[in-house]
Amino acid sequence: MNDWWTQLFDFSDYGALLALLHNSILAGAVLGIAGGLIGVFVMTRDLAFAVHGISELSFAGAAAGLLFGIGVVEGSIIGSLAAALIIGLLGSRARERNSITAVLMPFGLGLGILCLALYPGRASTKFGLLTGQIVAVGDPQLGWLAAVCGIVVVGLLVLWRPLSFASLDAEVAAARGVPVRFLSIAFMLLLGLAVAASIQIVGALLVLSILVTPAAAALRISSSPLWVPLLSMAFALVSLVGGILLALGASVPISPYVTTISFLIWAVCVLAGRSRRDRRTLGATKGVLAA
Amino acid sequence: MSEPVLSVRDAELRLGGRTLWSGLDLDVAPGEFVAVLGANGSGKTSLLKTVLGQHPLAAGEIRFAGEPVRRGDRRIGYIPQQRGQDPAMRIRGRDLVRLGVDGERWGPGWPSRARRERVDSLLDAVGASHYARVPVSLLSGGEQQRLRVGQALAGDPLLMLCDEPLGSLDLRAQRVVSELIDRHRRERGFGVLFVTHDVNPVLGMVDRVLYLAGGTFRIGPPDEVLTSAVLSELYQADIDVIRSHGRVVIVGAPDHSHHEHEHPVGGA
Repeated sequence: MNDWWTQLFDFSDYGALLALLHNSILAGAVLGIAGGLIGVFVMTRDLAFAVHGISELSFAGAAAGLLFGIGVVEGSIIGSLAAALIIGLLGSRARERNSITAVLMPFGLGLGILCLALYPGRASTKFGLLTGQIVAVGDPQLGWLAAVCGIVVVGLLVLWRPLSFASLDAEVAAARGVPVRFLSIAFMLLLGLAVAASIQIVGALLVLSILVTPAAAALRISSSPLWVPLLSMAFALVSLVGGILLALGASVPISPYVTTISFLIWAVCVLAGRSRRDRRTLGATKGVLAA
Repeated sequence: MSEPVLSVRDAELRLGGRTLWSGLDLDVAPGEFVAVLGANGSGKTSLLKTVLGQHPLAAGEIRFAGEPVRRGDRRIGYIPQQRGQDPAMRIRGRDLVRLGVDGERWGPGWPSRARRERVDSLLDAVGASHYARVPVSLLSGGEQQRLRVGQALAGDPLLMLCDEPLGSLDLRAQRVVSELIDRHRRERGFGVLFVTHDVNPVLGMVDRVLYLAGGTFRIGPPDEVLTSAVLSELYQADIDVIRSHGRVVIVGAPDHSHHEHEHPVGGA
């Protein structure tokens, strides 16, 4: 028992570790901002399942990149952009999208497993692609992570209003001349980049904890177009940075810490949201009666 | 009479190899209220889509404010049917109205006083101020449609396209919403093209009726179009139009039929 505890939480030499691993913390912060922001649109556009599908193909790309020496990062970006494009082009309606995702997912996972089986290198590297790394982010890795997340955030800010319009109110948006189809593809590409970035930290199987859970939590407690993205970013950031800080001295990957924190935040928001909604409903009913 | 805001000339629409209507001529004057009636599949909604520039015509032309129609003209307002499952249900009323104010512009749209005041005045114009901060999903259908009117007014429209805006509303809400649209078209002088399967809620407001059936159509004041003789000729069947207590009941028309493909379709 005590043994397990020291594997999970070990805060000896914490200061030294902190200095050593500040790259990881920065990476977590950057990813938290981008992931929390894009998660809001993943929720409104009902793309949670598609995120999972993209991440499996991204995993296949990363594994292929490892096997053929192209590079894990390059491979995972190629894989997730390809998946995002396929889902975006073929699945304009929710039902089509779900079936395409369901078809792509096992294919990508199988392809990835094949590449890893053929790869002669270290087993922990292989495992890390699926379930996340044991904290260690090098300077070049941080550099590209920041670049990818930067593209995602800037892209989202540029598309923000028409993308919100198209996501929330597609019919009226189309009537107003919002390029609904273009936005849908552009968004999928940004989502592909965000997935590829998340995979490097939390692994292909757990990207939903960054790209969905924080936004889902935020939507539980707010409906404001300003507060939902801000809260979602804060939740993702706290989950990632908190997870990394807890995992610093441990000998297990950071992903279980990240997923647990993000789940706990969601659980608290569900409880808080429920009491808030009850009050709202009551208030709204009163308003109608008074009118 | 002033220049028509919408002018349809010898227009023909084909969808999936089927001619929905042809030879259609229609002028909508500023401030005029035109109801578009007809069976399911007669091309009522498609008419609105052609005005929005979303469907090309097979023949003829449509001009809006003197220009050929194009996509995304801010001066055309659009009010869709109230639906329960839209993602728009998750946001607050004032955010729905706000989408109409500047939703099509690029960039994040940082909070601004000018926009807030614009949204406030639109909410006020449709009597939705007191529930503007409540999520749309908690509102009644009538309250939601009032927000839709506010959203559509945001572009200062010259023409308002309404696609079954009273669908799935109860009678009281139907009256409130149609009176709201009627009041604003009088105050602001925009033309209204109002697609509906039931003319009764707007019977006292409409200036003219466009009745589409069997690939052909009839336009005129309701008293002239909604008669047994005219509709029997349109449908090529025996139709009875009964007037009772100021309401019009059409008997024998395949109004809610789902077999519209069986009807003979040809040029007018």
